[in-house]
Amino acid sequence: MPVGAIIEFSHVTKRFGGVTAVNDLSFSVEPGRVTGFLGPNGAGKTTTLRVLLGLVTPTSGMATIGGIRYRSLPQPLRTVGAALEAASFHPGRTARNHLAVYAIAAGLPRARVDEVLHTVGLDAHGDQRVGGYSLGMRQRLGLAFTLLGDPGVLVLDEPINGLDPEGIKWIRGFLRAMADEGRTVLVSSHLLSEVQQSVDDVIIIAQGELVHRGPLSSLETQIAPRIIVDSPDRAALAAALGRAGIEFTTGRTGLLAAAPDPALIGHIAFTAGVEVSALHRQKKGLEDAFLALVNDNAHGHPHDEHPNDEQPHDGKPHGSNPNDTEPHGTGGEPA
Amino acid sequence: MTPFLRAIRAEFAKTLTTRMWWVLAAVMFGYIALLAGGLAALFAGIESGAISPDAAGTGGQGAPPLGSLPPLVYSFASSVGYVFPVLLGALSTTGEFRHQTLTPTFLANPRRGQVLGAKTVTLFLAGAGFGVVALLASVGVGALVIGAFGVDPLLGDSGTWALIGRTVLAMAMWAGVGVGLGVLVPSQVAAVVIVLAFTQFVEPLLRFASMFTEVTAGIGNYLPGAASDALVGASFFTIASPTGTSTAMLEWWQGGLVLLAYAVAATVGGYFVSWKRDVT
Repeated sequence: MPVGAIIEFSHVTKRFGGVTAVNDLSFSVEPGRVTGFLGPNGAGKTTTLRVLLGLVTPTSGMATIGGIRYRSLPQPLRTVGAALEAASFHPGRTARNHLAVYAIAAGLPRARVDEVLHTVGLDAHGDQRVGGYSLGMRQRLGLAFTLLGDPGVLVLDEPINGLDPEGIKWIRGFLRAMADEGRTVLVSSHLLSEVQQSVDDVIIIAQGELVHRGPLSSLETQIAPRIIVDSPDRAALAAALGRAGIEFTTGRTGLLAAAPDPALIGHIAFTAGVEVSALHRQKKGLEDAFLALVNDNAHGHPHDEHPNDEQPHDGKPHGSNPNDTEPHGTGGEPA
Repeated sequence: MTPFLRAIRAEFAKTLTTRMWWVLAAVMFGYIALLAGGLAALFAGIESGAISPDAAGTGGQGAPPLGSLPPLVYSFASSVGYVFPVLLGALSTTGEFRHQTLTPTFLANPRRGQVLGAKTVTLFLAGAGFGVVALLASVGVGALVIGAFGVDPLLGDSGTWALIGRTVLAMAMWAGVGVGLGVLVPSQVAAVVIVLAFTQFVEPLLRFASMFTEVTAGIGNYLPGAASDALVGASFFTIASPTGTSTAMLEWWQGGLVLLAYAVAATVGGYFVSWKRDVT
């Protein structure tokens, strides 16, 4: 069984011309756990991973795998398997030949090609040219490439992009199984909800800088639960809350009260004789905690000033996942 | 197996697992066979008297002093066909940039200089293979046609076989020039346009123009196409020279060295221009 190694970034900075893509980034990734590497598009995730893989030379700092830089690894594909976002295939080459080329280059046995095609479920399409592949099949082929050398470290950039629900379920189980075998698994995504069911730890970056790192559950404490309350007479409601000493902000769908208990707010409205038309916990989950962290950094103002409470901030409908079995998400359920 | 041999094997697998190599080889074979066969028929016909000089439009002055016909026809393999190994080499490097296969390539082997060296060796050998195919067209078809007119195809002549060997070498080096051009100009479209424009238009014009004075003719000898013709030892160009004689061309080995210098300079330059840069 291949052994995982610690991935370590130490003060990595990368500037492209005058643009700083990654700024003084330091963190480590432990074996035996699935680590989510999160941040909005353009945060510098891909650049960071390319620095780790020796494809991009950092302006300063360095990234190592088990203490060794990628370019100095004696057998890179046996140590690290990486799938990067870009579709790196010659469209006229078959999947089997694509894998064979790199198996030869890395000195791996040819039998591995058929094994990994089987692992990712592409055995029936191995002799098809990659140009005819769907996005999901390309993702699987990218994954097959990472497994060629049976490495102890897996680095996957947006592996869930373009997969169908079946494929997403499959890859979640796959990531878990890899980590349980003791491998190091680093998975990037711009959506926490995509990976929150499979990751143990999160590393969040925004604008090239680290904004949060720790176990997934540590994200929850980032957000105090709040109550959304509304009334046909919003001014009267605001006055009542003010008298009761509850801090609140005015949002699009009502008032956002900084109190943990809906019953308390209901009581205040009732005793003030104000009709209540809406009263529920703010549907803030991990995704919102994530977005708040990211936006804080991006725009330099605190997340409580975002009144559009129930809308996913990036306009993508991934915010509430019906299959959400995430055990830490209890604080985020609507009332 | 040493790492470098592994890298060469991987580059061979890359070259042979897409359709490009045999499509290029097939087009090259047809093109050279047509030209070599056609011109062999015309000139052999004139030389043997089967075609009257008047019909050939030479104004009744008889056949022009062609020197020896068979080497001229055989040299079409490189003088006409050299663009194909250049394209093969250029496409093999620009394709890596275009399809972003540099990423898996450098993941599998992060020693980039070694990869480029392996690619150069591989394409050099593939270019030699193209040389063999091109000779099958020019010598195979050409000798058949020349022989059919009763002219000696000179297949027993050691000079012919030296020409054949040097043609293979020239074609191999042209593929190396292509690899170098591909890393120097990683944009595939730009590289192909440069190859076609330079080989089909710019260089022939320059060579022709350079022949009019002694000084420029000396410089013209160092153009890559002229160097290649010098290496091979015969070409339609040297015979169509306006001064009527093949002006002092380079020695065959000098021509070979000049061509080699082009390939090495382009490849080393390209290594710094594109190959060792960030892959994003």
